[in-house]
Amino acid sequence: MLLASFFDWFNHELLSYDTLTYIWFLLLGVLITGYMILDGFDLGVGMLHPFIAKTDTERRLVMNSIGPLWDGNEVWLVTFGGALFAAFPNAYATVFSSFYTAFFLLLTCLIGRAVSLEFRSKVHSPGWRRVWDVGFFLSSLTAALLLGVAAGNIMAGMELGPRFIYEGSLLSQIYWYPLLVGGMTASLFALHGAIYLYLKTEDELQVRVKAVILPLFFVFCGIYTVVSVATWFHVPHATDNLYGYPILWIVPILNFFAVLNIPRAMHLGRPGYAFFTSTMVIAALACLFSVAIFPNLMLSSLDAENSITVFNGRSSHQTLWTMLVIAVVGIPCVLSYTVVIYWVFRGKVKLDPNSY
Amino acid sequence: MDVEILSRLQFAGTIMFHYLFPPLSIGLGLQLFLCELVYFRTRDLAWEAAARFWTRVFAVNFAMGVATGIVMEFEFGTNWAVYSRFVGDVFGSALAAEGIFAFFLESGFLAVLVFGWDRVGPKMHLFSTAMVFLGSMFSAVWIVVANSWQQTPAGYHIVYHDVQGEMMPRAEVTDFWAMVFNPSSVDRLTHTLIGALVLGAFFVASVCSFYLLKSKHEEVAKRCMKLALPSALLASVAAAITGHHSAQQLVETQPAKLAAMEAHFETTDEPTGLWLFGWPDAENQEVKFGVQIPYLLSLMVYNDPTVPVPGMDQIPEDERPPVWLPFQTFHLMVGLGTLMIAVSAAGCWFWFRGTLLERRWLMWLIVLMPLAAMTANQAGWITAEVGRQPWIVYPSTQEGVEMIGLKTADGLSESVTAEQVLSSIILFGVIYSLLFAVWVFVLNGKIQHGPESPEELAVYKAKIGMGNMSELIEHQGKTRGRGMMDEGVL
Repeated sequence: MLLASFFDWFNHELLSYDTLTYIWFLLLGVLITGYMILDGFDLGVGMLHPFIAKTDTERRLVMNSIGPLWDGNEVWLVTFGGALFAAFPNAYATVFSSFYTAFFLLLTCLIGRAVSLEFRSKVHSPGWRRVWDVGFFLSSLTAALLLGVAAGNIMAGMELGPRFIYEGSLLSQIYWYPLLVGGMTASLFALHGAIYLYLKTEDELQVRVKAVILPLFFVFCGIYTVVSVATWFHVPHATDNLYGYPILWIVPILNFFAVLNIPRAMHLGRPGYAFFTSTMVIAALACLFSVAIFPNLMLSSLDAENSITVFNGRSSHQTLWTMLVIAVVGIPCVLSYTVVIYWVFRGKVKLDPNSY
Repeated sequence: MDVEILSRLQFAGTIMFHYLFPPLSIGLGLQLFLCELVYFRTRDLAWEAAARFWTRVFAVNFAMGVATGIVMEFEFGTNWAVYSRFVGDVFGSALAAEGIFAFFLESGFLAVLVFGWDRVGPKMHLFSTAMVFLGSMFSAVWIVVANSWQQTPAGYHIVYHDVQGEMMPRAEVTDFWAMVFNPSSVDRLTHTLIGALVLGAFFVASVCSFYLLKSKHEEVAKRCMKLALPSALLASVAAAITGHHSAQQLVETQPAKLAAMEAHFETTDEPTGLWLFGWPDAENQEVKFGVQIPYLLSLMVYNDPTVPVPGMDQIPEDERPPVWLPFQTFHLMVGLGTLMIAVSAAGCWFWFRGTLLERRWLMWLIVLMPLAAMTANQAGWITAEVGRQPWIVYPSTQEGVEMIGLKTADGLSESVTAEQVLSSIILFGVIYSLLFAVWVFVLNGKIQHGPESPEELAVYKAKIGMGNMSELIEHQGKTRGRGMMDEGVL
């Protein structure tokens, strides 16, 4: 009983409804950032797979570099979906139904990747393997693009009518701005994946990986610059929060240096540091995205009144609190065994009889 | 066709396809854990060979479960936006808890289970296997809790929110534990989990029975058989008991579903009988070609053969579920359940008398049993979900206050068109058909290949001990279809 009343006090006195709402906005940000960092390199590895790896053994090495990890990484997306459902059900309902076709394509890609990894090496025939190689590449690339296109649409605002009902269509989601953002995520993930592969491979394969890192870096920088300029003009509201809270300018500034640090770290021969930096770049971009949209979860381009914000989209005070308790209990467990598993599979990728 | 029918078809199709895999993961997970536990205690290599073999089967199945499961989570939002808004506060928290407590646990330790055989010690590996099994149980817990809440909601109230001038209702949790332990969740959860254990046990028994019939891998198959047959019997009997409890609480919580399952149209003062089989005709409110045992339904439901059971006529006409489908699937499940008890009992009997191998017809019957177990699992869920119609969330009374429910027809996404749903059905129809074919192909390959013999495993482990991994890898390309190297790697 004492414990229960303590919890109630904590809930109502210390954490107001609005505070809990902000915490959940932040936690969702953490979940999707975690997803982009972790599955980002999986998708990147998938995109590079047919270009980097020439022989069958090399291809298996590349696939097995993410072999034990990609499944756990995908769970970050699943948990993000569940948490969005629980914390901001209105946003979950509208976002998922308005991206109907795009999300079914995304699901197709995620399934395609899973089965390509799982089934490719189960049969000896070169034809069979080629099919799954192509599947692995295409599904990774398309998934990265689609994630970026969705982010670009959310960023720019969508045709949201009254009472959270989406009035646009698939065609109104595909135009230059979201496609640019899609290009940026795809190039960033490819770069991130290349650095990861560099860490995981050896010899000839590693040399080949190294050769693509710098070109990928320049591609990413190019698209990143274009997207920044485009956002400046096309999405003027994106910088509102930056002007409201000037301290936040530190994020884009640090991000700028982080981006430049990637080739520097590679040049210094510290790939682990480069990987850490590309992780930080992803985190910073996710952070900028959150700052740009806050407090909206889905901005209406028709009428600002229609937008889904963290306030009209959230669940009840009680549920946000219960969920926070769940998160506080669960996340340390998740982090501890994530660390254990990355530790078990540390070091260069080696094929053994249990590999894909 | 309209959006409602299409969305329901899509959900039914994708969830049934998904549900081919999780029960096998849970059930096989237990068998795998037991094999490994025995190995851990006895250090008998045949048990390790068994555990390694079931791991390979498990991995393929698990991957399919993950790939098809993520679709389900998306579909609540894509196809059922109004429903998602209505239940997000309740259902969402269960789903998020599933993500945090179950999915991370399973997927993390799955990596060690599948890829860690030669990387971590036996203790760590056993622990990982236990965690994967535990994680798959947890995920069943949360999703069945969420589903049970829709059937028998508790621990919540309905709150109306003003959204641009319209008052929109939604369910909000008032008591988390009352929501979790709603009137049906324990009964339904135990029945679901045991259904999965039945499938897992029969799957192992079936594969081993096949090996014994073909006189292959006998050392491993005999050991696993000794484990699988008794657990199949135990689980089948437990399934009957938990099923009985589930049905008993229906008369209180969802009398319409019970009436549909039993095609009990008219309430009378007489005790109610139980249809053994039949062909219900809801329009004329009768059961054709049926055989009924008098008193039995009253006895089953109330433990008293004289109390009449309320029929469908007590339910307002617009709140009646379809009758034919729940009736048939329910009777199919019960029939298959009885068959499974009989087969596993006979299997155990002859096994311990040492004469099972002489009864080849029974061995072949055991080979077919996973199909029965899978069908029973699916049929049970069809009964539960079709019997819930027309509600997606049942109405209820909480502390004397009436709470509205939500009908399936009112839960759809406002912005999604029939063309969109139709195209996603076609897309996923194609993908799932391919997936199914590949799954059967790969699973068949694994089963045909079978486990290593303890001698092969001993040789292999000695090589690993000498760090001779590269030799093993090089080797596997040439000796196609032989040796564990091929099997594991390919």
